[in-house]
Amino acid sequence: MITARLLSGRMTAWDVAFLLLLLALAMVVPLLNLVPAADSSFHVSAYMVSVLGKYLCYALLALAIDLVWGYCGILSLGHGAFFGLGGYAMGMHLMRNIDGRGVYGHPLLPDFMVFLNWDELPWYWLGFDLLPFALLMVVLAPGALAFLLGWFAFRSRVTGVYLSIVTQAMTFALMLAFFQNDLGFGGSDGLTDFRDLLGVSLTADGMRSGLFAASAIMLGLAYLACRLIVSSKLGRVLVGVRDAEARLRFLGYRAERFKLAVWTFSAMLAGIAGALYVPQVGIINPGEFAPAKSIEAVVWVAVGGRGFLVGGPIGAVVVNAFKTFFTGNFADYWLFFLGGLFVFVTLFLPQGLFGWARDRLAARKGGGVR
Amino acid sequence: MVARSDPRRLPRILSTWLASLVLILLGATAFAAAPAGGLTAEQLQRLGERNLQVVETAVADIAASGSPAALEVLRALQDGRLYRREADGVMLVAVRVGGVQLYSDPLASTTGEPLAEAEVTLVRVSNRIRRALSAVIASLSLDSEDPDVRFAAARQFIDSPDSALLEAIETALVDEADDRVRTALEVARAASIASDPGQSEEARSEAVDRLAAAGSSRARRVLLGMFIEEGSELATRRDAAVEVIDRNLARWQQVQNLWFGLSLGSVLLLAAMGLAITFGVMGVINMAHGEMIMIGAYTTFVVQGVLRGISPALAEVSLLIALPVAFLVAGLIGVFIERTVIRRLYSRPLETLLATWGISLILQQLVRTFFGASNQRVETPSWLAGSMEFGQIMITYNRLAILIFALVMLAAVILLLKKTALGLHIRAVTQNRKMAESMGIRSDRVDMLTFGLGSGIAGVAGVALSQIANVSPNLGQGYIIDSFMVIVFGGVGNLFGTLVGAMTLGITTQLVEPSLGAVAAKVLILVFIIIFIQFRPRGLFPQKGRAAE
Repeated sequence: MITARLLSGRMTAWDVAFLLLLLALAMVVPLLNLVPAADSSFHVSAYMVSVLGKYLCYALLALAIDLVWGYCGILSLGHGAFFGLGGYAMGMHLMRNIDGRGVYGHPLLPDFMVFLNWDELPWYWLGFDLLPFALLMVVLAPGALAFLLGWFAFRSRVTGVYLSIVTQAMTFALMLAFFQNDLGFGGSDGLTDFRDLLGVSLTADGMRSGLFAASAIMLGLAYLACRLIVSSKLGRVLVGVRDAEARLRFLGYRAERFKLAVWTFSAMLAGIAGALYVPQVGIINPGEFAPAKSIEAVVWVAVGGRGFLVGGPIGAVVVNAFKTFFTGNFADYWLFFLGGLFVFVTLFLPQGLFGWARDRLAARKGGGVR
Repeated sequence: MVARSDPRRLPRILSTWLASLVLILLGATAFAAAPAGGLTAEQLQRLGERNLQVVETAVADIAASGSPAALEVLRALQDGRLYRREADGVMLVAVRVGGVQLYSDPLASTTGEPLAEAEVTLVRVSNRIRRALSAVIASLSLDSEDPDVRFAAARQFIDSPDSALLEAIETALVDEADDRVRTALEVARAASIASDPGQSEEARSEAVDRLAAAGSSRARRVLLGMFIEEGSELATRRDAAVEVIDRNLARWQQVQNLWFGLSLGSVLLLAAMGLAITFGVMGVINMAHGEMIMIGAYTTFVVQGVLRGISPALAEVSLLIALPVAFLVAGLIGVFIERTVIRRLYSRPLETLLATWGISLILQQLVRTFFGASNQRVETPSWLAGSMEFGQIMITYNRLAILIFALVMLAAVILLLKKTALGLHIRAVTQNRKMAESMGIRSDRVDMLTFGLGSGIAGVAGVALSQIANVSPNLGQGYIIDSFMVIVFGGVGNLFGTLVGAMTLGITTQLVEPSLGAVAAKVLILVFIIIFIQFRPRGLFPQKGRAAE
């Protein structure tokens, strides 16, 4: 009831449609995977479930980016770092869950540590055998990094492109560090060969469907939370930061605090996205920290349209669907397409697909939905 | 060495058994069958025999022949360039010229000719012969006219000290006029005395001191290889000498790191200079900057290919020709990008960043489509190949050239900005765009030229970097983040800041690297800059006044 009252008057028809779509997806896709026979035309293959689940995780990452970029004017080129950290936290839990079934059969140590001749678990791996602890780390690790970086950066008023470059340097540094074997995260191979989660094999159909549903529900919840934030008074301040930070400061607002809060929250969302992503694709490696990955995620938001919340997820799904199509059929042209997309969207679709579609619709109706 | 034919020296040969054995053979055979002079085809053919003894004798004979061709033949034998022609058994020396193997008869003064591989067989040498050859070649080389050859020979003596060579060294020392060779010979003499247990204690400890004074890692190896009774006075002296050398080498190690740092700094400076102009003047984040460097490197590759088609002799000047071509190619691409994309995004810096990133992806894929994903081989002209020694460190010419080139480029760009009309306009627009426009400067034209200039400089940097980097479509990606770090660290719109930033980052990286490893050093530098930016958000040398906003 309280939620309903909170949300009344803050939700648009688009929001409701988006949330209903997610809810429907969360129910229909697992059903179509589990119930119809494998040769039925309604059957959704386990592979497809994982692919769709991956898209939902990207959508959540895009949502996190849109929250800071669309509403706060912070262009992060390092959200892949938060995504990756969340993924690594989950990967560590899955690694501990292997429980002596690895190639070397060590009861405690993951294979790569046995390979490196380590004889005990590093301290920062302790506790990850417990799922609640791992889940806590999924949000705390990216949250802490974001808080630290944001606290320094916003306080000294590092803004605009400088901030973008700093975030890019951050994820680049993390990538280099995680490539190191001695860091204890599996080096360039990363973490893989996962077995099960909550005692259920990751390859079981029920598990895939469950993870998919969890991703859809998580995206829905995160969307609600973001909507609450941007439609609250806090959201108004954020837009103020985006459009005229100096003016807001003159009015007596401590802009850096608002930025820091939203920035950290966004990083946590990205961490959750990474944590849901890892069990569905079965691997996490330092490649996730590559600056190119983060900047690609930014273009999802640009394609979908920034500053609407719903645009990020739309862009993530659209671009990745194209990517799956291209890399399967014309792998050589994917980069031409992606590069062209960057240029085209910034030049001709400043509002993104969603903004463009909404304006067209509004023009046709002569009024508009909003 | 004619001295070797003197049989009285034989009893003194006691040191290393291997060299001694050979020298005994050399001495004995040379004495027994001293050829009347000149080299015979029969001697050469014996080099191809299976019997080691026969080959050793042949080596000795050839060495003693006194023929100018002897050194050439023995060198070829050692380097695996001596072939036997199947048809008539004549020995041929192979030389590789411009990718073609040319064979010539050392006894005839004819020019080399190419032969099919099946026509010749390589003369193989065992390790035993190879070691013997080193000593023989070294002593033959001491007679050479070329000081470089004599120097290399002296080096050879230090590396494998041999008491039997002492006399030869001393003879050579008497007439040696070249200081460098003389010093090397003195060290060689000290080395052979020090490592000869037959020498007096006094002479040996004097030699140890001489080796300590030389201070090189070569001398250190000699000292550690000495036969000394444990606990003797000489042993103490030797240990002290090693310590002296270690200290000296540690100091030189620092110099070496400093040099590597300067070299890395110059690379960073080259990579960042173009960016400093576009970012500093226009506030444009050009993510495709790295690709301009890549295009410059590929231009070098193409120019070299074209020149090779015209005349192989042009390879030496290919880089000089590539410089203006790369400037034009990258500059024109830059102008095109500015006209079509960047101009429309001036009020939106973050969008510019995204659009230029997209352009960088397209450029990479274009190059990959045309040239393939693998590395391309860019030739190094002979005047950039090789290295020189400076004290105990090696300085390669290509790195040195890049350092000088980077500084020259910087000077040229500063001159351009300070002394030309275009530079004046660029500075005016940087400082106050509106005011400059009011004064009649066409700021959009200045923007176009500035962007072209920045891109062109990146292209020129690509020519230089093609000498040390892998020329592949990903070349630019390796420089883009570093370049931004340099700019952000040094301060935007300030070329002096770019210089200081590049050198600071380069030297710091190289000084930290030995103790932490390359990756950790890089991470540390990035973290350092992230923290640095918190305290000086506008870099070391921030812009002042209205341009700062």
